[in-house]
Amino acid sequence: MSDDKKKDTKEQNNQPIQESRRRFLKNSGLVAGGIVGGSLLGTFIDNPFKTVDVSSDNVEKPVKEFTESRMFFTRYDDFEVLKAAVERIYPEDDNGPGAIGLGVPYFIDKQLAGPYGSNKYDYMKGPVQEVKVASSYQTLMTRGEVIIEGLRKLNDEAVKRHDAKFPDLEGEQQDELLSAMETGEIELVGVKSPTFFNLLRQLTIEGAYADPLYGGNKDMMGWKMKEHPGIRAGYSDLIEEEEFQIVEQISLKDYQR
Amino acid sequence: MAIKLDKVDVVVVGTGWSGGIPSAELAKKGHKVVALERGKDHDHSDFVGSKDELRYASRYEIMTDNSISTVTARGSLDDEAFPLRTQRENFEGNNVGGSSVHWSGVTQRGRKFDLQARTITVEKYGEGKIPKDMNLQDMGISYDELEPYFDQFEKTAGTSGEEDPKGPPRSDAYPTGPMRASYPVKLFKEAASNLGYHPIMVPSANLSEQYENPDGETINACQYCSFCMMYGCDFGAKSDPVATVIPTAKKTGNFELRTNSYARRVTHKNGKATGVLYVDMRTGIEYEQPADVVILAGYPITNTRMMLLSKIGKPYDPKTGEGVIGKNSAGLTSPGGSATGFFEDKKFNLFMGSGALGGTFSDLDSDNIDNSDLDFIGGGICEIRQRGSGPIGSNPVPQGTPSWGKEYKEKSLYYNNRALSVGFMSPSFGWKFNYMDLDPNYTDMFNDPLLRITHSVTEQDQNYSEYFSDRAEEIMKEMGADIIEKSSPPQGWSHTQGYGETSGGVIMGDDPEISAVNNYSQVWDMENLFVIGASALTHKIPQQTGTIGALAYRAAEGIDKYLSDGGGLLVEKKSETQNA
Repeated sequence: MSDDKKKDTKEQNNQPIQESRRRFLKNSGLVAGGIVGGSLLGTFIDNPFKTVDVSSDNVEKPVKEFTESRMFFTRYDDFEVLKAAVERIYPEDDNGPGAIGLGVPYFIDKQLAGPYGSNKYDYMKGPVQEVKVASSYQTLMTRGEVIIEGLRKLNDEAVKRHDAKFPDLEGEQQDELLSAMETGEIELVGVKSPTFFNLLRQLTIEGAYADPLYGGNKDMMGWKMKEHPGIRAGYSDLIEEEEFQIVEQISLKDYQR
Repeated sequence: MAIKLDKVDVVVVGTGWSGGIPSAELAKKGHKVVALERGKDHDHSDFVGSKDELRYASRYEIMTDNSISTVTARGSLDDEAFPLRTQRENFEGNNVGGSSVHWSGVTQRGRKFDLQARTITVEKYGEGKIPKDMNLQDMGISYDELEPYFDQFEKTAGTSGEEDPKGPPRSDAYPTGPMRASYPVKLFKEAASNLGYHPIMVPSANLSEQYENPDGETINACQYCSFCMMYGCDFGAKSDPVATVIPTAKKTGNFELRTNSYARRVTHKNGKATGVLYVDMRTGIEYEQPADVVILAGYPITNTRMMLLSKIGKPYDPKTGEGVIGKNSAGLTSPGGSATGFFEDKKFNLFMGSGALGGTFSDLDSDNIDNSDLDFIGGGICEIRQRGSGPIGSNPVPQGTPSWGKEYKEKSLYYNNRALSVGFMSPSFGWKFNYMDLDPNYTDMFNDPLLRITHSVTEQDQNYSEYFSDRAEEIMKEMGADIIEKSSPPQGWSHTQGYGETSGGVIMGDDPEISAVNNYSQVWDMENLFVIGASALTHKIPQQTGTIGALAYRAAEGIDKYLSDGGGLLVEKKSETQNA
């Protein structure tokens, strides 16, 4: 492809976006006679339809991922079990990357290092009771502690049942142990094993699909697999369309000012 | 000892619609109003660029902090209640505007039945139709009496809608036209029409066009961006107190908003409220704010707990059915009745949408349905909604699919834009054994008892659900879905709070023996205390925000009258005990 052709394609690709932006601003009523404060209007005009230029002449050299280091997990072994477990929950397949490829282990590491991992906004007064409602979080252990307890138990059970560490097991053996956690067959200290499993599953899904700012959903691949555009200012110009609209992915990085 | 502040005319606890409306109306009349908000200050500038599903929908960014307080839950009188510890299990709106900021925007009116459920049921079907142990009560006000206040609320909010041929009568058209229909909504409307129903667009606070309300506040046009329910609006295009009544109150110069102010008690002496005791959460210093009139305008659980902690009114006793505070707690489970359809040959733009974008019909609502041959009372408002799916929250898979692993990933990706759901919004009634009281074991950060919710599902709920899931299935079939899954009747309470709307605890009526407030939301036992909000509803009505707005406008009118005329009860007591 010649350079000129490349340029043409770029401009063509860009056109619907420009057009859509113009229509959007017109339809919104935000410009004509709007009362909107500067911050909103600023955001609007600066960002909503900004797209990442992915044409080959514009691809930057890979940068070192400085944020892919552990801030919560202290033992490397625990992190290895985490990686193996989340990849079984959300595996790589023909659709695209699995949890590891999406950066889910680092997403979880960051989440557990913050207020969510230490249950800052949760009620943590005792006593804890036996309850019939399996989905209820009934422990005074933080999410960080629950995950560590569960991962170490997965490894211990792997050694006990198969004489190998969890990451070294066959996929089906790993699934069997994860299922045993899900159904409550394995006993943990201080927390029910389904609480651990539900938390791990939820964190995996979140890591696959949350905005990439949190360290998962790498290259917005979770959104691409799901045919979800991530973020747009709005769809007032497209909402009535009957055809399925393939919309390019945009994240907060290119939306917020 | 609390620091005693200078007296004001009115102190309001809570800044959602229930507190925001009287704040604006009373400040406009020249009364000095102080509003206490336990959360932080936030306004539209906090919501600009806030399109972050993890932060707002999964991590409950603008919801209450359970480390301060939560509720306990149990499934029956014989169970031990346990605390709902996480925000997933218990949440409600926090910060200025309360839950009215993250709401979807559906603005239905209560029906004639919802206001006079007992009278209407007895007239139509006789006393015997009411199931044993159901506390079916009138609210002491009719739809026609409340109509002007519905109109007033809709004009403040700029509600977008179209005439409902089967809905309750209106004195005026909606202030703005209906939202635009997406393809799934069009499919729904066609199917519903084919089946003989009368579908319209859902009345919405996500506005179809820019609108200036009578107070001079402007609300923008909705952009169908999908970041709506659970979020504050990026564009100031959702009618909420932050866009309307709070700025209106501020403009008067008679209104002071105190955030981070956690109310703990209504203080009272000789049967009159004297003020509110609250803590500044930034300093831990306790204040007493004296006032001529006190307004409680929190969520039902908050209003009820404040009444019980302050020892005002007679606590409800589920064994005798006597007492009123904590009575008719409802809405923890919504019997609903729905059907989900999976389409193999169609993909929908489900990532677009807004909280209240949808289609609805009232043909089977509580006013129109004929319950003569049905084994339940009340009807349902049918809805399809296109709120805009988030990639974390939306993982539709047909039944029988594992909840993780290879097959789960494959199917949740495939069906993500192929699944639609139709359902009925149901009333949830008050029962003798479903109520709220103070928990004997668990306490909040100040060591005050938590509120305990006792809730179970009844046969009425299950019969209702059976009937309406069949109706939903018929609609989904007509829409052409390939796989259709009906919802199954609720088997028990999930022990969560916040996902549906709850109601009751400080209910409205015309007889002080069985109700806590009169139709101006004035407490029978304490005439200068007004308790406004969904706590007043005698049963949970489907999509109740419009009704709460109307009741708040009526309360504001009553409080102004009370302050101007030198007090007294605004409504005469009646004592024709309804539920013997």
